[in-house]
Amino acid sequence: MTAIKMPIPNPAIIERSENIVRVLMEALPKDVIIFDKAETLAYECDALTAYHCSPLAVALPRTTEEVATIMRLCHEMGVPVVPRGSGTSLAGGALPTADSIILGTSRLNKVLEKDIKNRFIRVQAGITNLKVSEAVENDNFFYAPDPSSQLACAIAGNIAMNSGGAHCLKYGVTTNNLLGVKMVLADGEIIEIGAEHIDNSNYDLLGLICGSEGQLGIVTEAILKILPKAEGARPVLIGYDKPEIAGTCVADIIKAGIVPVAIEYMDRLSIEATDKFSGAGYPDVEAMIIVEVEGSEAEIDEQLEKIIEIAKKLQPSVLRLSKSDEESALIWKGRKSAFGAVGRIADYICLDGTVPVSQLANVLKQIGELSKQAGLEVANVFHAGDGNMHPLILYNANDKEELAIAEQLGADILRACVKAGGCLTGEHGVGIEKRDLMGSQYSIDDMQIQMKVKDCFDPDWLLNPAKVFPLELSETRRAKLAGTQNKNIKGGAD
Amino acid sequence: MSDYLTPQNEKQLSEFVTSAYNDNISLRIVGGGTRLKIGNIVKADKQISLAKLNKITLYEPGALTLVAQAGVKYKEIEKTLKSAGQRLAFEPIDHRDIFSSSGEPTIGSIVAGNFSGPRRVRVGACRDFLIGVRFVNGEGKIIKNGGRVMKNVTGLDLVKLMAGSFGTLGIISEVSFKTLPIPQRELTLLIEGLNSQQAIDLFSEALASPYEISGASHFSENNGKTKTYLRVEGFDSQVNYRLEKIKKTFSSNYEIDIVDGVKHDNLWKKIRNVAMFKGSNKPLWRILTKPTNAPQIERELIDKTGAKIIFDWGGSLIWAQMEEENNAHSDAVRYICAQNKAQSNLIRASDKVKEKLDVFHPQPEMVAKLSNCIRKKFDPKSILNPSLIFRVER
Repeated sequence: MTAIKMPIPNPAIIERSENIVRVLMEALPKDVIIFDKAETLAYECDALTAYHCSPLAVALPRTTEEVATIMRLCHEMGVPVVPRGSGTSLAGGALPTADSIILGTSRLNKVLEKDIKNRFIRVQAGITNLKVSEAVENDNFFYAPDPSSQLACAIAGNIAMNSGGAHCLKYGVTTNNLLGVKMVLADGEIIEIGAEHIDNSNYDLLGLICGSEGQLGIVTEAILKILPKAEGARPVLIGYDKPEIAGTCVADIIKAGIVPVAIEYMDRLSIEATDKFSGAGYPDVEAMIIVEVEGSEAEIDEQLEKIIEIAKKLQPSVLRLSKSDEESALIWKGRKSAFGAVGRIADYICLDGTVPVSQLANVLKQIGELSKQAGLEVANVFHAGDGNMHPLILYNANDKEELAIAEQLGADILRACVKAGGCLTGEHGVGIEKRDLMGSQYSIDDMQIQMKVKDCFDPDWLLNPAKVFPLELSETRRAKLAGTQNKNIKGGAD
Repeated sequence: MSDYLTPQNEKQLSEFVTSAYNDNISLRIVGGGTRLKIGNIVKADKQISLAKLNKITLYEPGALTLVAQAGVKYKEIEKTLKSAGQRLAFEPIDHRDIFSSSGEPTIGSIVAGNFSGPRRVRVGACRDFLIGVRFVNGEGKIIKNGGRVMKNVTGLDLVKLMAGSFGTLGIISEVSFKTLPIPQRELTLLIEGLNSQQAIDLFSEALASPYEISGASHFSENNGKTKTYLRVEGFDSQVNYRLEKIKKTFSSNYEIDIVDGVKHDNLWKKIRNVAMFKGSNKPLWRILTKPTNAPQIERELIDKTGAKIIFDWGGSLIWAQMEEENNAHSDAVRYICAQNKAQSNLIRASDKVKEKLDVFHPQPEMVAKLSNCIRKKFDPKSILNPSLIFRVER
C-alpha cells in the first residue's frame, strides 16, 4: 500500500493514444517522440522511486519551436504534459500519469551565449547545472546554486523547483540567480520574461515562474547570473557530544556577524554510514558541523579563527581545521557522498523541511522521538546555516507496510517543522510527495489564490496535473480538463 | 465608512476591504505617504492607511530573521536591526528627496515597490531578501505566502509577485525578511575624470573580481567633473586587503582617492536617494539595462533630450533627468530603450505628463495579458490602487 494517490487516467485519452502519438509524430522530426514501452521505461519515475507509472509517450525536443509544437498539439487534443529535466526530483515532480506525455529537456543542452562583462550566461534549459559552472570556469566565474545532484540535474528542473544547495547560505537559491527565461505556455505560445540585466519592471512573473514545479509553462531557455569565484575557500569540522549543542553553535556563529558560505550538519548515523563509504576519517561524535568560509588566505584565517573561538565556548569534542586543499577535499568528500552512503545501508525517504535556525535543536529532538515511536531509523544530514533539514528515513522498499510507516513518519516530521515556524520544503519542491500536506502550512484561501495563478497560465490544467495542490482541492479544475479532453480528442482525431 | 480608513489590525483591514469590495469602493493604499507620486495617476474613492499596523512581530538575530507589520517605519526597523549589528542589506531608496515629500517611509511600501539601493548590484533586491508576506486581496481575503525561513519552495512563490506589485494585487499587512550583519567597515575608492565608457569598463572589471564590490556608481558633479565610485566592505583587515588589491589592479591607469567615515556614509546616502536630482519637478526616468549598453544609451539620451545622467549598479541602472517637461521626452526615451533592450520607468513627472503615457515600461502583449489576468484574480473589481500600474476602467 502506498499512501499517495494519483487520479484515474482519462480512458478517453488512453483509448486514443495511438492517434495522439501519430499526430505528434507527423508534426515533429521522427526521433522526437518515443512510445516504445521498453524505451519509455526510463521515464516511469524520478528520484522518488517508490512511485512509477508508464507515460503515454515521451517527447524529447531539440528546440523551443519543437516544444511549442508539442504543447500546441497536446493542448488541442487535451492531453496532459509532464515536464521533466533530468528526473532527479525527490518529490515526484516529474512522475508521469498513464494519460500524459512526458516532455523531457535533455536535448536542449547548449550554451547559447556567454557575456562575462555583463555577468550572465544564456543556456538551453536542459543543460546540467554543473555544465553551466564549467562553461565559465576559465573566466573565473561560477553559477552559484549547487544542488547535490548538480552533475546530473538540469537547469530546467532547478528553475521548476527553485533549487538550492550547500552554498546558498551566502549566494541564495535559483530565484536569486535567475535573470530571465524563454518559456512555452500550455497552449504553445512562446513568451520571454526577464532580461539580460538585473531587476525588472511590472509584476515579477520571473519570481512566480521560478519554483512553480512545471505548473505554469515549459522553460526552454534561461539567462543566469554568474558570479566571480572567491580567491579560496576552506572548511573547519567541529564535532559535539550532543546534537543540540551543534545546533546552538550554528546559531551562535550567525549571531556573531559571520555568514559563512556553508554550514553543513551530520548526525552519528550519517557520519558512520558515510565514513565507511568514503574514508573521510570523520570523528566518533554524536553530531558534527562543517563550516566553510571564503576569501584570501588571510581572510579565511581571520574568519575561521572567529568561528573556532565561538565553537570552543561550547566544548567541542573534535575540532579539525583544514590546512590544505587536500584536507578540505577530504572533509567535503564525506558530506558530498552522504546520501549515496546512507543509501547503501537501506532505502530512504529524503525529507526537506526547513525550520528557523533557532529551532534546529528542538526539531532534531522531536525527530529523534518520532523516529523511536515509528520504529524506523532517521539519519540527519543537512544545510544547517539556513535551517534546511534533510532527515533521511530508513526503510525497506520491498516491505510495502514499512513504506507506509515511513511515509507517515515523514508527514509527522514535516508537520513538526511547520509547527516550529518552518515549512514543508526548502529546496526539493512539493511534487506529489507533500501535495496532500499543503493544508498543514496553507489555508484554503492561500492555496486557492495559487491555483488561480495557474488558471491564468494554464486554463485547462494540462501541465503537470495532480502535483503541488491537494488532489481534492484541484479536483474541479482537473475535471474540467477531462471534459475538454473528451471533446477535443474526438474532434481532433476523426 | 469615512473617506480615510485606518484599520487597527489585519482582521479589520480585511473587514474594510471586504466591505469596499461589496460596495465597489476603490481604495488608495497609504503607508508613510512619501511615495504617493510613483506610478500612474490613481483616482480612488477612499484612502486606507496602514499606520496602525506598526509592530515588529519578531526579530531573531541568530536566525537572521525579521518579521514586521507593513506600517512599521523603516527608520524603526533600521534602529532595531542596528542594535543587534544587523541591517537590510539591499539599502532601500528613500524617495523623499526625489518627490520633496515628507513623512516616514514604511516597510510595507518598500516591499510594495521592491525598492532597493546601490548594494543591489552585489547582494540582490528587496525581493531577494523578502521571505514571507501576508496580505489582504481585493476581495478582502487574508492570504499568506512564504514564511519566516530563508529557504521555502512550498507552493507558488507569491512573495516575489507581491514585491513590486504596488498594492495592485493586495494590501500587504506583514512582511518577513532575511537580515544580514553590518560589516565592520565600509569605504570607497574614488576615481575622477573617467568618461562613461571608461567607467563601465572599470565596473565590469571590478565586479568580476573576488573583492565583493558593494557599490559601483558614476556621475558628473555640478562642475562637470565626473566621479566614479567603488564601495568595499567587510571585516577591517578584509577591507584593507581588498582596497590594496583593487588599487594595484587599477592604479597604473588611474589616480585613486579614498572616501571614508561620515563623508562615505553621506555619499552613499546621496547615491541611494538620487539626491543629485532633488528639489525639482523635472521628469526623472529610471532605466534598466545591461551595463555595456549604458554608454550608448547615455549618448543617445543626451543627444536627443539633453538629459542629466547617473549610473548606479555598475551601469545596470541609469537615472535620467530631463531638463524640460516636453512630455518627459517619452517618445525618445522609449525609442532609445527599445533599441538597446533596456526598460524605462518614469518615476517623476507632472500629472499633465503622466495623464498622457504609461509610466511603467510597456510589456509584450502576452506578458501583459498574463499580468492582467493575475491582477483580476487577486483584485476582481480593481478596487486596489486602481490604474497605478495597469490602466483600468472602473
